[in-house]
Amino acid sequence: MRSGLRRGLLGPQGVVTVLGTLALVLVIVIAPHVWGDAATTTSVADRLDGPSAAHPFGTDDLGRDVLARVLVAARLSVLLALGSTVIAVLGGVVLGVVATVLPRPLRRLVSALIDILLSFPWLLLALFFSVIWGANAIGAMLAVGFAGVPSIARLTYTLASSVADRDYVRAARIAGVGRAGVVVRHVIPNILPPLLVSTAAHASAALLSFAGLSFLGLGVQAPDFDWGRLLREGIARIYVNPMAALGPGIAIVLTGLVLNAIGSLTGETASRTPRRPAGRRARPAKRASAGERPEPAAVVEVEDLRVSFPDAEGRLVERVRGVGFSIRPGETVGIVGASGSGKSVTAMAVAGLLGAEAHVSAAAVRFQGIDMTSAPTAAERSRLGLELAVVFQDPLTSLNPSLTVGRQLTEVSEVHERVPRARARSRARQVLESVGIAEPHRRARQYPHQLSGGMRQRAMIGMGLMGRPRLVIADEPTTALDVTVQRQVLRVLHEARRRTGSAILFISHDIALVSGFCDRVLVMKDGEIVEELEAARLDEARHPYTRALIACVPHMTTDRSRPLPVIGDLAEPDRQDVAEEARA
Amino acid sequence: MSTLEYANVSVRYGHGAGAHLAVQDVDLTVRSGRVHGLVGESGSGKSTLAAAAVGLVRPAAGTIRLDGVDIVGSSASVRATRRRVQMIFQDPFSALDPRMPIGESIAEGMRATGRRPARAERTRRVKELLELVHIDPARAGEPPGAFSGGQCQRVTIARALAAEPDVVIADEITSALDVSVQGVVLNLLRELQAELKLTILFISHNLAVVRYMCDTVSVMRQGRIVESGATESVLSAPSHPYTRELLAAVPVMGERFDWEKAT
Repeated sequence: MRSGLRRGLLGPQGVVTVLGTLALVLVIVIAPHVWGDAATTTSVADRLDGPSAAHPFGTDDLGRDVLARVLVAARLSVLLALGSTVIAVLGGVVLGVVATVLPRPLRRLVSALIDILLSFPWLLLALFFSVIWGANAIGAMLAVGFAGVPSIARLTYTLASSVADRDYVRAARIAGVGRAGVVVRHVIPNILPPLLVSTAAHASAALLSFAGLSFLGLGVQAPDFDWGRLLREGIARIYVNPMAALGPGIAIVLTGLVLNAIGSLTGETASRTPRRPAGRRARPAKRASAGERPEPAAVVEVEDLRVSFPDAEGRLVERVRGVGFSIRPGETVGIVGASGSGKSVTAMAVAGLLGAEAHVSAAAVRFQGIDMTSAPTAAERSRLGLELAVVFQDPLTSLNPSLTVGRQLTEVSEVHERVPRARARSRARQVLESVGIAEPHRRARQYPHQLSGGMRQRAMIGMGLMGRPRLVIADEPTTALDVTVQRQVLRVLHEARRRTGSAILFISHDIALVSGFCDRVLVMKDGEIVEELEAARLDEARHPYTRALIACVPHMTTDRSRPLPVIGDLAEPDRQDVAEEARA
Repeated sequence: MSTLEYANVSVRYGHGAGAHLAVQDVDLTVRSGRVHGLVGESGSGKSTLAAAAVGLVRPAAGTIRLDGVDIVGSSASVRATRRRVQMIFQDPFSALDPRMPIGESIAEGMRATGRRPARAERTRRVKELLELVHIDPARAGEPPGAFSGGQCQRVTIARALAAEPDVVIADEITSALDVSVQGVVLNLLRELQAELKLTILFISHNLAVVRYMCDTVSVMRQGRIVESGATESVLSAPSHPYTRELLAAVPVMGERFDWEKAT
């Protein structure tokens, strides 16, 4: 955390933030001593002057220097804004956290109360409170402070509730940690970063609210003055001397920027966000030229594929190291390996779905002759939409929750084939039926969350079948499912392949599953393919890693009296070791 | 050395018309020093049964006893007894506070014993527990993010053991892990079970893993237990059709799926 803070402070944003904060603090501390006299001494002779060398922002109706008044007003303006922020944040956090730990009926009551308070505009609340506490600086501070409580309380409640559901909070409760202990030990530390950011945002909003109240005459009263009052005095003469009104305005904007910058810096370092990678996406080493049409024998051709990602320090770590393979039409190829072996990255490279932070280089990554390492042309994109399907592990996150299942299926045909909607709909229903979804009419009108996990995965496969798939990439498609449902989903995938003649690239960490489903198996370890063999000949595996992978899975005849064989050399390098290895 | 007994336990979620019985009238006994498996599909009520034993949900009917003492309720003595039942969760990353060093998470588990040992004693015990689960004690100050999934799962096992439990409930503890790491965690749990004579309720949907780990097994479906018995006999001669379906779905190394056979 400390190193994160140091890194944050040394960045360009950090330097600007620190300089801005220092300048602001300096003005707050010394301005009243240095310019106090100039700001309050009246001089009738100089009254209502325009900007000049002696008075850069001009003078007011009593001949006081406006620039000096703006600088001196910084102390009162900022302190009042911070005071009201402290009230809002303390009140809000206490209310929000208390609401989380209360028993259910009380919790509902408090959260309803927060919601009701939230529905009042803050200005209305502030006006209401300033009637109670009077139209003076302290009254305005309390008013702005209390008006801010509901929004901070709501945020705290939402953040805290999301943490309170976590397994580590459950574990603490099982261990006998009380409600207060859970809040102090687990809830507060985990909601702190977003809370810090919104506190800073709230401070700049409070600054503006204050200026507003004083501008309306409800805040700071003469002879005291803050930026709001100066605005009020200057606005009357805005056509004669614009600086008298703009000066305080500029001060408010600059201070707001500094507060926001502090917020984003603290929030960022507290959440230990790794620095954005400095590197740019590497261009592919070589573009497949039009002359080099792939042999029709292969749906997918991959040669010397290398993919690197930046680590937390921005250094590149190669996660896929020179992988090459091809997939024939209609073939089912499985890639197995531990997590971090690069199997998913390889599959995503074939699908052209790697994010911008991935550095891809390859002699070739071709799908049906389309170069997948560069951005596809419009024609290629539409071919990809029809011929390439991807099924992810968790269909709940890969299906759009706000569209009906039917709509997501018809999208493919409507966008890429320009099929009329009615025809696309009837096709969608056929497809849903073909993937074993009963009552396709009703299901097509439902949303993803109304379907069971297995059904969602089948709908996802259905999406791929709306086109003319030549390849279905299935990335751990059944890992989140029960064994029985897993078998049903695999059957659907198998049927789809039989009907359409599509090839399948199947990614899994379960070698037994892969051996049952695929024709050919590629075994990956540390970004390389260590062995490639027919699924039926797994018992002839030569590479020690493949053999270890096969041995470590318990099966229905495993000897119970002996410990399970463990993949020794790989036992599991932790992430730091991996990073260090890559650096070396 | 303790026996965990469920008698006629039902758990209901929701109220009124939306109410739904997640667990219906379950009788289950986990004998002292044995490993009892609980298999079934998701939504069958396995995890709800676990949550009821550690007090995360309250059964609508029935009793749960630890060595004959009722552990349902919220009185101080019931809570103290209930802490002798500890749980290991499915996802090791969400089961550890990302901002808390692993040593401190383990020390938190020690609270369940009711003692408040001095700092030196606590550090010594954390070191001992980390050694027990084969993690370098020098790394006690590191956050969970510095460890792999399998290592995090071992830390959560250490945390459960810190409570000096009589019964451990392992809820799908290897489902979120790679097959290649699964063996390490399973071996560790078996080793600890033998060494500390733990009573374990082992929840999983993987029959091969359950067969390897458990002496006895119960099969759950739609909130009810449909079959129970010694693991070998249940798996070699299943009497319930659902158990047979489960068995048929287990992939066998190097054997092509038979698509003609109905599953």
